Amino acid sequence: MLLECMVQEGVDCFFGYPGGVTLPFYDALYDHPIRHVLVRHEENACFAAEGYARATGKVGVCCATSGPGATNLITGLVDSMMDSIPIVALTGQVHSSLIGSDAFQEADTFGITRSCTKHNYMVKNIGELAQIVHEAFYVAASGRPGPVLVDIPKDVFQAMGHYTPVHSIHLPGYKVFTEGHAGQIRRAAQMIWEAERPMFYAGGGIIAAGASSELQELVELVDAPAVTTLMGLGAMPSGHPNFISMPGMHGSYAANMGLTQADLLIALGVRFDDRVTGRLAAFAPRAKVIHVDIDPAEIGKNRHPDVPIVGDVKRVLQKLNRIVEELKPAEEPRNAAPRRAWMHQVRSWKEEFPLAPVTSDTEIKPQHLMSEIDRVSGGKAIVTSDVGQHQMWAAQLIRFDQPRLWINSGGLGSMGFGLPSAIGAQFARPGSLVISLVGDGGFQMAIPELATIASYGLPVKIVVMNNGYLGMVRQWQDLFYNNRLSSVTLDCFPDAEKLAGAYGFKGRTVSQPHELAAAIDECIAEPGPYLLNVKVSPFENVYPMVPAGGAISEMVMGPPQPAVVK
Amino acid sequence: MMQVISLLVENKPGALLRVTGLLSARGYNIESLTVARTLDPELSRMTIGVDVEERLRAQVIKQMNKLINVLQATDMTDGRSICREMVLLKARTRQESRTALVKEVEIFGARVVDTSTDGFVIEATGDPEKLDEFIGVMRSYGEIEVARSGAVAISLESKKLRLQPPVPTRASGSLAGNGVLNG
Repeated sequence: MLLECMVQEGVDCFFGYPGGVTLPFYDALYDHPIRHVLVRHEENACFAAEGYARATGKVGVCCATSGPGATNLITGLVDSMMDSIPIVALTGQVHSSLIGSDAFQEADTFGITRSCTKHNYMVKNIGELAQIVHEAFYVAASGRPGPVLVDIPKDVFQAMGHYTPVHSIHLPGYKVFTEGHAGQIRRAAQMIWEAERPMFYAGGGIIAAGASSELQELVELVDAPAVTTLMGLGAMPSGHPNFISMPGMHGSYAANMGLTQADLLIALGVRFDDRVTGRLAAFAPRAKVIHVDIDPAEIGKNRHPDVPIVGDVKRVLQKLNRIVEELKPAEEPRNAAPRRAWMHQVRSWKEEFPLAPVTSDTEIKPQHLMSEIDRVSGGKAIVTSDVGQHQMWAAQLIRFDQPRLWINSGGLGSMGFGLPSAIGAQFARPGSLVISLVGDGGFQMAIPELATIASYGLPVKIVVMNNGYLGMVRQWQDLFYNNRLSSVTLDCFPDAEKLAGAYGFKGRTVSQPHELAAAIDECIAEPGPYLLNVKVSPFENVYPMVPAGGAISEMVMGPPQPAVVK
Repeated sequence: MMQVISLLVENKPGALLRVTGLLSARGYNIESLTVARTLDPELSRMTIGVDVEERLRAQVIKQMNKLINVLQATDMTDGRSICREMVLLKARTRQESRTALVKEVEIFGARVVDTSTDGFVIEATGDPEKLDEFIGVMRSYGEIEVARSGAVAISLESKKLRLQPPVPTRASGSLAGNGVLNG
């Protein structure tokens, strides 16, 4: 019956790991057309489901058994909660009669996951199973997406029942805001034309709402600079003349100075995250703020907006764009000159302080590696990453011309995310080039999934940016702890060729800059999976950098004599 | 500052945990909490007294309204509302002060619900600050023991309860097989 619900919800594949209490479910799965992908750890089942969801916008599904199976999902659940990714997690629970008795593999999954899901359920009897599962899919995907967990006792799995289609879902307390307030939208349009230095600040909400073409239309109508956050990369094509880059802690000079100097922020599907704003009091100090978000709790959480609009950013932009267009002939000429000057100013900052790859003749610079990945991707490949230095360099230097190409653990910053999420993305997009760009730390957290990649013959290209350190932690120890490098050295890394070979696919290690381009080409050209271990210079730090608690206008542009630009 | 929040909540397992978890996750200590069914047995009314920083109060209400089992969360601190609490108080007192104590009980509009040679059990209702005073006075007569109900509050403003209508599922329309399936 559970599988029938999943069929109804359009699930074609899901990720999981069986166990004692889910035996009846896996038995039903045996001759069922839905594809189950057997991963090697439940945490990775959730990450893979996230990769699937992030690559498609559909609900990602993962499944685990009771007790340890369920607890292993937690990191993935929190990860998808933080990044607003629609996930339905199905967990087995011990037989109803044993709940609370410390039975074998029993854990209070419902209690444990209360705070790391958008909503969770425990199914008490088969009669409510279908209703709950459909509700779970609805809640996960609607409004601000997020993870929903359904805990199912073994006796419910075993019970027999008719699947009666569920025609409606009634959640009287679940408010989904779609249409923004018409008056506020009109005010926003007015304000956009009144501004002299408007700036777009767009985030993951644009991707979730599928609103990138609406965003692009508005940016072009207004002809103002646009930054997209780490979660919003791909919302604007990287080559778009108005696109600046990512702002924030490792954002570009142009993006951060633009935000600082702007007199109007058009904030779309963003949450004024601390990694973007730096010291909140000094963030965009001259700007009025229009904030559009589907979650009312985000409005005014970190920054008080002048025009709050609660709604689906796609629907809001569709209306806003029409009004902006309608007002354009009358309003545009008024501030045309300062706006042109502003656009010119931000572009010239971008040219003056570009995010340019650093190269060397003697060692592979991490930025060099990113520019090579960018070369083979051409803005079109799916790139998944973990968290840390490689993630930041990738976000700075790899172009993404469409939404849902850049898949990374943004809010939670989970190591070990890059490899399993690539598995999910590859299942979702079998014909696409999927590059799993990971650090040597995160990769070693996810090594078991090489078996999944091998067993399904997934053509995932694993590129390890290997600097021999937990690079971002080392960078902070270097800059803020007198370079006392404490427990950040990863001095043992497996031989990539042998490791990949052990799983039956190709691998290689490169360390010389002149070998890199050919090695990347070979990796991409390989029809099956490939593990490319790239040894990069170990002590490279990510710049620009805004020190924690600093204002984003106070970027440290680079070593060795940190030039503080005010 | 103490914030009094009134919540209308679906009477479902875990609903209380979701509300209190939201507060504890932010490090807030719940000062008082009452829960009971409403006229509709499927709904409960909760009144929570919690110490929240002034600037975060609106955020807490918004987060509560996001909970799927919460139909309505209202901040009772600002608007016009009536807030009451009940206390049961066991007072041990010496023979010579019994009359004075009963007089005091009368002045506060409380009443004696049990009496013995040792002392009295007194029932009092009032707003929480008033009860603090009453308890203070009773204490001056000797040893007391107190059980407080926690505040309940009702708003004097007419705030419309907006319930969400049912939505159709993806499954409606297409018809699934009607065979017997296991879970």
